[in-house]
Amino acid sequence: MSDTPATRAAAATPPRVARKIKGLSDRAIAWIFVGPTIFLLLAINIFPLIWTINLSFTNFKANRIGREVKNVGLRNYERILTDSDIWLNMQATAHFLFWTIFFQVLIGFTLAYLINKKFKGNDLWTTIIVLPMMLSPAVVGNFWKFLYQPQIGLFNYVVGFLTGRDPSSFEMLGSVELAPWSIVIVDTWMWTPFVMLICLAGLRSIPDYIYEAAEVDRASKLRQFFTITIPMVLPFLMLAILFRGIENFKMFDLVVQLTGGGPGSTTELTSINLKREAFEKWRTGYASAYAIILFVTVFGLASIYVKALNKVKER
Amino acid sequence: MKSIKLASASVLGLAAASFASTAQAEDLTLCWAAWDPANALVELSKEFEEQSGHTMSFEFIPWPNFADRMLNELNSGGKLCDLLIGDSQWIGGGAENGHYVKLNDFFDAEGISMSDFADATVYAYSTWPKGTPNYYALPAMGDANGWFYRKDWFARDDIRAAFKEATGRELAEPTSQKELLEIAQFFQGREIDGKTVYGASIFTERGSEGITMGVTSALYPWGFKYENTPGSYDMDGAVNSPEAVEALEFYKEFYETATPPGYTNSYMGESLDAFKSGQVAMAMNWFAFFPGLYADPNTGGEKIDFFVNPPQNQAGSTLGGQGISVVAYSDKQDAALEYIKWFADPEVQAKWWDLGGYSAHNSVLNDPGFKDSAPFAGDFLEAMGSVQDFWQEPAYAELLIAMQKRLHDYVVADQGTAQEALDLLVEDWTEVFEDEGKL
Repeated sequence: MSDTPATRAAAATPPRVARKIKGLSDRAIAWIFVGPTIFLLLAINIFPLIWTINLSFTNFKANRIGREVKNVGLRNYERILTDSDIWLNMQATAHFLFWTIFFQVLIGFTLAYLINKKFKGNDLWTTIIVLPMMLSPAVVGNFWKFLYQPQIGLFNYVVGFLTGRDPSSFEMLGSVELAPWSIVIVDTWMWTPFVMLICLAGLRSIPDYIYEAAEVDRASKLRQFFTITIPMVLPFLMLAILFRGIENFKMFDLVVQLTGGGPGSTTELTSINLKREAFEKWRTGYASAYAIILFVTVFGLASIYVKALNKVKER
Repeated sequence: MKSIKLASASVLGLAAASFASTAQAEDLTLCWAAWDPANALVELSKEFEEQSGHTMSFEFIPWPNFADRMLNELNSGGKLCDLLIGDSQWIGGGAENGHYVKLNDFFDAEGISMSDFADATVYAYSTWPKGTPNYYALPAMGDANGWFYRKDWFARDDIRAAFKEATGRELAEPTSQKELLEIAQFFQGREIDGKTVYGASIFTERGSEGITMGVTSALYPWGFKYENTPGSYDMDGAVNSPEAVEALEFYKEFYETATPPGYTNSYMGESLDAFKSGQVAMAMNWFAFFPGLYADPNTGGEKIDFFVNPPQNQAGSTLGGQGISVVAYSDKQDAALEYIKWFADPEVQAKWWDLGGYSAHNSVLNDPGFKDSAPFAGDFLEAMGSVQDFWQEPAYAELLIAMQKRLHDYVVADQGTAQEALDLLVEDWTEVFEDEGKL
């Protein structure tokens, strides 16, 4: 019998420990420990999901308890998928997701790269950069609302100063063209530090000897960047994208504070629209179908993404 | 031994007395929006506490969250509120969903007559189905959307001369919607005392009910109707009539040419801020705020005056205000009804008006001195004579959210035409009434 770590561990483990405790088997003890968690998962996650699926085929309204609940088949799904307004909300969400992730990754990685260089005050700068993500989104929303104010807002003043335009001549939150970008700017300001921290962890995990070996091989700095730094940080970057993607898909508070979904419905993300359907209009059945569609979309996209992430990690 | 018996009896007596008093005296919670009239009601209610022995607690919610918070409370059968001063639109849902106690028997038993209150307020705040003698609230706070302006600016010779030169008219309170716009456009971007000022602040808020309340202030004077025949839910040709289209185009022009920059999401608070900071010559807002505006040390007093929403094809004002209801989930309904009885008393109603609340009681409104009792009292009476309200259906929230979207898309986001916005609104509303089984 070979002396492998597994056999050593098995030999060190006292035989049938569990059975010595009031005659309980290992399996029974495992269930005692895991059971409550499984029960909670079923009660908090699985049951509501099944119940939501059930409601999605009805005309149920949570504010009309006495009303007859009818099965409407696939009507809710059909209405949602053929509603042009909902597709516009989806577009607004996709726009928000794409650009926030794009800028946060670009700026976050750049900042991490710069911060990773050893210089005086390195830690102080890291702390300062990280501050925005420690604030509450509701506070940030209100804060930026004032900054964007055309008459007294600092943002408009700075842009006016730099471009020579009258600060009150453009409205970041009131213009159909600018409002989506105003949200992208705030979200990027707030959450770039998060991406930066993840990238920094990735950069600091690269052993120095790899760069030293590259130096010996006379690889240029650019070559080192693209053949060592980027591939080794990529799994971290992809994780950051996954986290930010999931977070921003359900973005609600920041946008509500900033624009309330307006002007018109320009910045009405799916999360805001879903909340209106479920808790303002009280179309519970319809909103359930809406939630299921979003769930399937996110779950599908996230599954594909995680597979890609695992492949990158395996390389 | 005798002294022990006496002491025991005294202790028992005291305990019994204290038990009896706690059994009768309740701590009632009244829920309302957080605004000036609510503070006046706190003051007024002290008298009720003295008379009844009950204590009053208040739950005041900021306006933007008021409907969300209160409707969630009602829908979940919450016991937070014993008494609720709820929006007029909620009366249908409040009655049909069993949130409000029906008050007919109580009114009959206590001799409270609805004919003692202004007809328009009883119709709007109390009855469901509309106009039937089924009462779910007592009119508590009469209100309508009105206007106020910088009287001191209107009185200045240089400004008057400039206005006359620009329009050929004397600068005075507008007598039509179009005159209102003309005056607002005159002030837009004008320099007064070295400061750039703007025409007027109007409602454009997207999240709750703001832009709907603002736009209907133009729609009603143009003759807007929700249905071709009342009760028919036949909206095509009424909601999107040529008059309605013209009124909506008018509001958009008003927004684009006569409001301060950045007022893309403004409601009550923003309107008050714009006026009090000296930014605008005129502003729309609910009469409920007028006592506070008049008392403002900077822009109130001699510097302010008020006018009713001007007519166009007809007189018309958007109804605000609320009725007071007893919440069906309350465990203290008897005490809550006592409050209603006390509040309905003509003397209390007179004090309510004196403190800044808008009584709907005829004894207050028909008093010969009422019109002169405040600078806005006459305008209030006039406004209440021509008020119209939004749908009061149980599905009012769905109807309101649809209108908010269509109006904001057109007026603020500049998408489509007025005709398209109203046509889409008819489609939205038709779908809601189909779901409700009314079409």
